[in-house]
Amino acid sequence: MSEYSADEMMSVAASRALGDGMSCFVGIGLPSTAANLARRTHAPGLSLIYESGCLGAKPSRLPLSIGDGELADTADAVISVPEVFNYWLQPGRIDVGFLGAAQLDRFGNINTTVIGSDYHDPKVRLPGAGGAPEIAASCREVFVVLRQSARAFVERVDFITSFGHGTGKGDRERLGLPGAGPTLVITDLGILRPDPETRELVLTELHPGIEVEQVRAATGWKLKVSPELGETPAPTETELRVLRELKAA
Amino acid sequence: MAKVVSLSDAVAELVHDGDTVALEGFTHLIPVAAGQEIIRQGRKDLTLVRMTPDIIYDQLIGAGCARKLVFSWGGNPGVGSLHRFRDAVQHSWPVPLEIEEHSHAGMANRYVAGASGLPFAVLRGYTGTDLPAQTETIKPITCPFTGEVLTAVPALNPDVTIVHAQRADRAGNVQLWGIAGVQKEAVLAARRSLVTVEEIVDELEPRPGAVVLPAWVITAVAEVPGGASPSYAAGYYERDNSAYQAWDAISRDREEFTKWLAGVAA
Repeated sequence: MSEYSADEMMSVAASRALGDGMSCFVGIGLPSTAANLARRTHAPGLSLIYESGCLGAKPSRLPLSIGDGELADTADAVISVPEVFNYWLQPGRIDVGFLGAAQLDRFGNINTTVIGSDYHDPKVRLPGAGGAPEIAASCREVFVVLRQSARAFVERVDFITSFGHGTGKGDRERLGLPGAGPTLVITDLGILRPDPETRELVLTELHPGIEVEQVRAATGWKLKVSPELGETPAPTETELRVLRELKAA
Repeated sequence: MAKVVSLSDAVAELVHDGDTVALEGFTHLIPVAAGQEIIRQGRKDLTLVRMTPDIIYDQLIGAGCARKLVFSWGGNPGVGSLHRFRDAVQHSWPVPLEIEEHSHAGMANRYVAGASGLPFAVLRGYTGTDLPAQTETIKPITCPFTGEVLTAVPALNPDVTIVHAQRADRAGNVQLWGIAGVQKEAVLAARRSLVTVEEIVDELEPRPGAVVLPAWVITAVAEVPGGASPSYAAGYYERDNSAYQAWDAISRDREEFTKWLAGVAA
């Protein structure tokens, strides 16, 4: 087995979460890398949807932004932005929303707006919502991919840009949110899933060579570990080769 | 009926201090040259509207043209932060910047309502997020048929919308293709509009999937080859990704930015 980086493990693990024939609303960066890797390995029939209006994009290289010309040139259809949100996302036609985050909390709520408790006088002003709030609300499931650190994995996000499980079980149902919310969080250290009873994110898989204590140290709340803690299979030669070809293209 | 004019005349006539101005283009066809002409003409006190304020809005904000920004995602796509935007929000430099923050779905629907001649739009969005508490233009509304609580957002009707397209004919009919974003809606929602184009041709060749804006919905057309660079114009040129990366260094530092600005103003 070749050597691989923690980031490569994360991208591979994230790609494996996407099944063949699914439709996936893709954010740029890590989600886009994972989705394009999946399409080139085990999920050739994965339909990639970008908020720029590209449905079924099949890029030959990783796009640098969600409006990359390559996405439009290879798409099944290019439609307007109002159409993407109103006809495709809002009625729940998309299986998976694949999101990144600046901050993620114990209940899978996502912040991409501001760091600091004062919205009007933030410590750091982040890019904002983009398509994420409605992706988090309306896709059948949401997968989140981000590097794990105590700064990013916080007890409570400073600002809820995109709603995960709120304060626990029943919040989504009470608010009438149609999708299941975040069901999977993939990091460079392992995989977290919401506890079925409480909806709190718990560690369910470790990447090879990672210890539970490392993950605890990179989590800003008292992380619970699943009694059936598994180990993520290491990247295969094929996954690594395809990922590296994608990155180099 | 659209007048075919020069870019400087169009901006002088259509963009006034204090106006609400939308420059749209979703990564593709961003009207960069028109934005820089607004900087050159020294407009002040603008309310800038755009779903994805990218480097052209960073430039306008850094130049002190804006009083307020209405937006849904402010970043340098594929690169990182907009430093002039951050400096204005966090440190009021060069002037304070008021923000009105939405999601993409909210902004897109606001333009749709504007283009439709309706006072507001309805969507199933924002639920559970902290955005409605910070943005006065997001309100709950109850469906009169089902009783479901949804979200209402008011129409956006800019004083002027500026977009870039591939072509126009001499009568001012505009044709654009590729990623069309929210440009059609933004033009139709506006009181006045300017379309900069790569070229003016005798006759528009029909293209499958192209958006055509007839001359009678546009105020002015200006021929500005390369007017979307460093973004791209499908069929004409590619995105200059290095320019987006270079902007990160220029915009990070007030002094570097000020030097850059002097070059644009000259």
